Amino acid sequence: MEIFEAISAKFNFWIYIIIMMIGLYAMIAKNNLIKKLIGMSIFQTAIILFYVSIGVKDGASIPILYHDQVHPEHHDESHGDHSAHSPSTDGHDSHAAEDRYLPELVVDGNDFANPLPHVLMLTAIVVGVSTLGVGLAVTQKVYREYGSIEESEILEMIKSGK
Amino acid sequence: MSAVSDFPDWGDPNSPANSYRLSQHYVTETIHETSVPNMVTAVLADYRGYDTMFETVVIFTAGIAIIGILRRFGNDDKDAAKPTLYTKKPDLIIDTTCRLMIPIIQLFALYVIAHGHHSPGGGFQGGVIFGASFILLAVSRDLQAAQKWVPEKRILNLAGIGVLIYAGFGLGSLLLGQNFLDYAILHKIMPATPIEARSHSMLGVEIGVAFTVTAIMFSIYSNLASNGSMKEGL
Repeated sequence: MEIFEAISAKFNFWIYIIIMMIGLYAMIAKNNLIKKLIGMSIFQTAIILFYVSIGVKDGASIPILYHDQVHPEHHDESHGDHSAHSPSTDGHDSHAAEDRYLPELVVDGNDFANPLPHVLMLTAIVVGVSTLGVGLAVTQKVYREYGSIEESEILEMIKSGK
Repeated sequence: MSAVSDFPDWGDPNSPANSYRLSQHYVTETIHETSVPNMVTAVLADYRGYDTMFETVVIFTAGIAIIGILRRFGNDDKDAAKPTLYTKKPDLIIDTTCRLMIPIIQLFALYVIAHGHHSPGGGFQGGVIFGASFILLAVSRDLQAAQKWVPEKRILNLAGIGVLIYAGFGLGSLLLGQNFLDYAILHKIMPATPIEARSHSMLGVEIGVAFTVTAIMFSIYSNLASNGSMKEGL
């Protein structure tokens, strides 16, 4: 029972470790180059999961301010509309302070999730897409040259001088 | 695995990563300093502007690398046999569906780009959606139909323009006597206060990112799908 509680308290990290090890296994042990690339993607997904789960705060919203907070003069129309997706096209030039925008607004740090991991993972996703694309291109080139994407067959062809 | 017990609990607001003052600063001060409600975009395009700029360059480089690795010119295809699935006659249902969907997808992509600093979205996401609309065109018809809209030369031009727009905002603030990518100084050439200039510059930067991502996404797809010959897709 104790060990079950120890695991469930840090559930996200265990999931992350398991997914990461699946990816690592696929990258090392699989013979097929495409499967290796899939393993790399799984590995990256595990890292993304890890970072995003670090940024979570209990009872916090996504790191985008509410429409009401940013447009207090529209409070009558949009009362109770706590949607962060509300389009806000008008009225953001009516109150411009010289050194601080909306100086009377106080944002509680515990109301919004940590934006930094999200930003870092946005970077990681983009880099992941780039590496995956280049990896697929190299695989296609290898197939064009050797007629195979099995690592053992390719190594044999190289050893035997083709 | 033995380190797991040292990690913070799920959703703990006082964990080291969440209580560090840089993160707190991003949450509480972003709206005052940049007038952008979406903190993720603000951190991405303003506070960590260098990071994002070179990320755009990474995508650009990946696109160039894929073209360099795969692209084949001329008619030296020895396996000229056409795939059996390939038919010249367009299917009515697929044709009509795509005719309806592609403009809506592109409109939505533009919304995501333009509202990246107010609601969830941004240059990368919108760019991917926009690129996906071209990929849908290439899948539903064939690669030639999509090539008519985004020929290879235009792809490279768009990708380069995207990076240059981003770098241009950085150079603009450099020329006006501030640090590279310090957008606040751009209020001198914009009808806005310094704080709003940061918001508007973020939008401009996102547009640059979207250009590059759109072009490179379609470039990656078309090169991979046609095995570098750019003749016909899947």
